[in-house]
Amino acid sequence: MDVLFLLVPLSVLLGLAVLAVLAWAVWSGQFEDVESEGLRIFHEAPARPLQKSPDFCKLKSD
Amino acid sequence: MSAVLPTASIRVPRSGWAASHASVYNDKIVRQFSVMAVVWGVVSMLVGVFIAAQMAWPELNFGIAWLSFGRLRPLHTNAAIFAFGGCALFATSYYVVQRTCQVRVISDKLAAFHFWGWQAVIVAAAISLPMGFTRGKEYAELEWPIAILIALTWVAYAIVFFGTIGIRKVKHIYVANWFFGAFIIAVALLHIVNAAVVPAGWMKSYSAYAGVQDAMVQWWYGHNAVGFFLTAGFLGIVYYFIPKQAERPVYSYRLSIVHFWTLIFTYMWAGPHHLHYTALPDWTQSLGMVFSLILLAPSWGGMINGVMTLSGAWHKLRDDPIIRFMIVALSFYGMATFEGPMMSIKTVNALSHYTDWNIAHVHGGTLGWVGFISMGALYFMVPRLFGQPKMHSTKAIELHFWIATIGIVLYIAAMWIAGVMQGLMWRTINPDGSLTYTFVESVKATYPFYIVRFFGGTLYLIGMLVMAWNVTMTALAGKPSQTTIPTAIAHA
Repeated sequence: MDVLFLLVPLSVLLGLAVLAVLAWAVWSGQFEDVESEGLRIFHEAPARPLQKSPDFCKLKSD
Repeated sequence: MSAVLPTASIRVPRSGWAASHASVYNDKIVRQFSVMAVVWGVVSMLVGVFIAAQMAWPELNFGIAWLSFGRLRPLHTNAAIFAFGGCALFATSYYVVQRTCQVRVISDKLAAFHFWGWQAVIVAAAISLPMGFTRGKEYAELEWPIAILIALTWVAYAIVFFGTIGIRKVKHIYVANWFFGAFIIAVALLHIVNAAVVPAGWMKSYSAYAGVQDAMVQWWYGHNAVGFFLTAGFLGIVYYFIPKQAERPVYSYRLSIVHFWTLIFTYMWAGPHHLHYTALPDWTQSLGMVFSLILLAPSWGGMINGVMTLSGAWHKLRDDPIIRFMIVALSFYGMATFEGPMMSIKTVNALSHYTDWNIAHVHGGTLGWVGFISMGALYFMVPRLFGQPKMHSTKAIELHFWIATIGIVLYIAAMWIAGVMQGLMWRTINPDGSLTYTFVESVKATYPFYIVRFFGGTLYLIGMLVMAWNVTMTALAGKPSQTTIPTAIAHA
């Protein structure tokens, strides 16, 4: 079971890294006002057709 | 230069053309991955149907080495997971990360490298696997040159995804992005560790690990491939596309955060449940079993959160086949995440291991959960990506849903019966302690169930072909679209 010498330290490091990311998230205010964050995805612009190629050519020569 | 001057908070690429288009998202990459997801879906399911036929009728090997079951099976699994599943994840994650961060991807070039690199990986797999080049590790069969290409492509993906979050204009990182991010990091870690080899030729290598230790590394990888590639990534899809399609926010945003952290912590430990009653030490097996049982809670928390998003709008299930795909996907997710923990119990596993019950479990999870949520998300994105108000034919989506669902039910029911039967036949002993049945008798008894499974899989493939037709018609009738990035800075 020598592979445990690799897997256990790796897992502990990974666990600590995950905890660090969680700590960052909490302390930098990611979880303040979660109710409105869930609603934010509904304020998006609709898709519209791509502009035609003449504009592309005009911009390329700038 | 007559290029539009961007505001200071938008990252400015150098060329004039690109600068003026930093006001729109890069949906070309989304279109490319969406189309290829449908293409690889058809290909992977076709290979699956063919090998299912070979299980019932081995003459279909035709005596040709590169059509033999042993070589085509990993082609099916790799194509289904990495080509179909992968492209669906990449399309959706690029769609979601740009819109929730209100910024274009940080690098169009790296995103393009990601796309073409990944297609090259798939083509390399499609050539090398039938030729017989394999590492013999499940879901990690591809030899070391291809594994290096996977790693390079993955690094590009990680830079684009996390870089885009880094330049976001919205302070809050929407919950779906946490799931995508965890999927990307976990897969990078898993791939690098499990692909560690000593090369012995251009397409030949030996694992850096050996014996039962290699088995442990392999199944740490294998189960986390399920947990992070096939689960966390697709939960990212759930948390954006279900609220959007249902036109209601996530049932409990708080629960989604708790769900995320508990899920990613618990999944990492479940791998040993693939190695019950093997040479793996008992304590490791027990650890895997216990964490697999605990995993039931976060998994169902996520399922409930997704399904309850439809609270107050259940009628949509009646009229909208796209939301039906998504909610039924979550039902299969709940089923698979109950069945999995049950099969992780040692005494249950003593019956189920090496039987077709595992196949039933896998295909409920892949066809039901992964397949359906991908299809739902693709049906959502495709009309929008091609400037259409909806898919070419809503009736075709209905047809797809019902054909595919019947296909799944036939598939898993056949394999459940076959699996339990196999397990029972193998352990039946006579009063004098000798085995009652020979192995070949269990193979013979399984034969009719292989035929039913073949029909179930064929139905699922037919559903996918209906989708491919529908997507093609939608794309041909429309034109590639663009979406303007909102200019107001939106902070929490």
